[in-house]
Amino acid sequence: MPPDIAVSLEQIDIIYRAQGNAGGGARDSGPAQAGDYHAVSQATLVVHAGEFVSIVGPTGCGKSTLLNAAAGLLRPANGSVSIFGVPLAGLNAQAGYLFQQDALMPWKTALDNVAIGLEVAGIDVATARDKAEHWLAQVGLQGFGARYPHQLSGGQRKRVGLAQVLIRNPDILLMDEPFGPLDAQTRQIMGNLLLGLWAQERKAVLFVTHDLEEAIALSDRVVIMSSGPKATIIGDYPIGLARPRDAMDVRLDPGFHAIHKAIWEQLRGEVMKAYQGVSA
Amino acid sequence: MTFSKRTLLALQILVAVVALGIWHVGSSVPIFGVYFLPKFFFSTPWDVAARIVKLFSGTLIWKHLGITLTETLLAFVIGAGGGVLIGFWFARRPLINAVFDPYVKMANALPRVVLAPIFMLWLGLGIWSKVALGVTLVFFIVFFNVYQGVKEVSQTVLANARMLGMTEKQLFRHVYWPSALSWMFSSLHTSVGFALVGAVVGEYLGSAAGLGYMIHEAEGVFDTTGVFAGMVILAAFVLVVDGVVTAIERRLLVWRPDTAGRNG
Ligand SMILES: Nc1ncnc2c1ncn2[C@@H]1O[C@H](COP(=O)(O)OP(=O)(O)O)[C@@H](O)[C@H]1O
Ligand SMILES: [Mg+2]
Repeated sequence: MPPDIAVSLEQIDIIYRAQGNAGGGARDSGPAQAGDYHAVSQATLVVHAGEFVSIVGPTGCGKSTLLNAAAGLLRPANGSVSIFGVPLAGLNAQAGYLFQQDALMPWKTALDNVAIGLEVAGIDVATARDKAEHWLAQVGLQGFGARYPHQLSGGQRKRVGLAQVLIRNPDILLMDEPFGPLDAQTRQIMGNLLLGLWAQERKAVLFVTHDLEEAIALSDRVVIMSSGPKATIIGDYPIGLARPRDAMDVRLDPGFHAIHKAIWEQLRGEVMKAYQGVSA
Repeated sequence: MTFSKRTLLALQILVAVVALGIWHVGSSVPIFGVYFLPKFFFSTPWDVAARIVKLFSGTLIWKHLGITLTETLLAFVIGAGGGVLIGFWFARRPLINAVFDPYVKMANALPRVVLAPIFMLWLGLGIWSKVALGVTLVFFIVFFNVYQGVKEVSQTVLANARMLGMTEKQLFRHVYWPSALSWMFSSLHTSVGFALVGAVVGEYLGSAAGLGYMIHEAEGVFDTTGVFAGMVILAAFVLVVDGVVTAIERRLLVWRPDTAGRNG
């Protein structure tokens, strides 16, 4: 496999095992048994080095599950996960993961939360803090280092999370609805912030969102996931919009509407299916 | 809240004044020739105050206070230390926890006062039998809290810490430990209180020094004034200890939203 492929998920199946069934969590291989939840089936996805790929799909289809597989937090029951051509065993050390839920350590200040990734790698505390100051400034949080997570707004916490991940300079960024709980205005500001940082050092990004417009505005490629169970990748759309982009202005581009229409045609069906599945 | 701190303080003082007033009137002013709170059983506020002044002009009271404080601190430190260690161990070793679970519950359900005579038999009438009693009280509170603290670490925070490259040892230091400590500190008031209860009850049941002994001694000769004076000193002592605990808690738990925002 060429090394320019940062993340490769090949035909992966992920099964959440019911308690008492073989394994537990989604660890064990083997077919699904009664009570197990077969979340993802035969999903194949490739992210090239430096490429920005978004996954869009209805709520609960398995987007986080797929990201967890790429992070090495979940082991697929079938199929393989490779990172830069090497089969993944254990955690993905080349990836930085921005979680959907709050993941900052509440007992550490913003600065310490950002610095910790370097500290645990053996870098001395003073240097780590200096770098953390720099990264806090990069995400627009200069002077907020002494605050504890509960003293920050939702958007500020996400920024700290971003700095926490980026300070380790990972080759791959996994982002799970990072702007999910934020208001529309803040989402777009954060989108631009992310695009700016990404333009500096093109990392491979796997970005999960339920917001199709956001996906198109940010990505090189948008993939569509079907509704679960046995969710899989059902669509793959290159986004040819020129870069650098502005996450707000790009939405006014005529090309944007054409792409949006094409993807929405397919996505709408899945969203309806998921919705009916819930209300049934 | 709609009232100011000053109003609150004024009302709190009013409650004390009314209570003391009732006590004074009941014990010193005959109503239809009857004392509602006979001196022999209730003493009087003035006698008690005078006794406290007299006690504090001597040196003996400081020795009693010192002994009780020492016992309380030792009971807290040993009980909390043991609770933290064992709590951690049980939380990280499900088999150990499953095996010992019924025994822990049994031991915790046992009324600790029944242990006091045994501790005195084993450890004598000095401070250690009181410390042991306090330890049995503090240990379980801290143990259960630390166990819970380790168990209830957010799975997301844990996964994030792992993705940031932490080893098991670093997870312990940066995630499990602070989480467990925060749970321990949330029970700090209760556990320090219980350490004090252990000390005073132990002294009361058999010893030659401490506030509990002082009260017991006064009771033995029907010295109501002495008993009440002892209780007032004990109450003031508890207030001071609790104030210190609150100050420590504020310092250590600044990161917690509920603590930082509290005004009590
Ligand atoms: N630990 C788990 N055990 C069992 N089922 C789970 C678990 N985690 C997620 N699921 C199920 O897997 C499906 C996909 O979940 P998730 O990947 O979180 O969806 P998404 O991120 O797309 O909203 C959901 O139906 C969810 O209920
Ligand atoms: Mg999700």
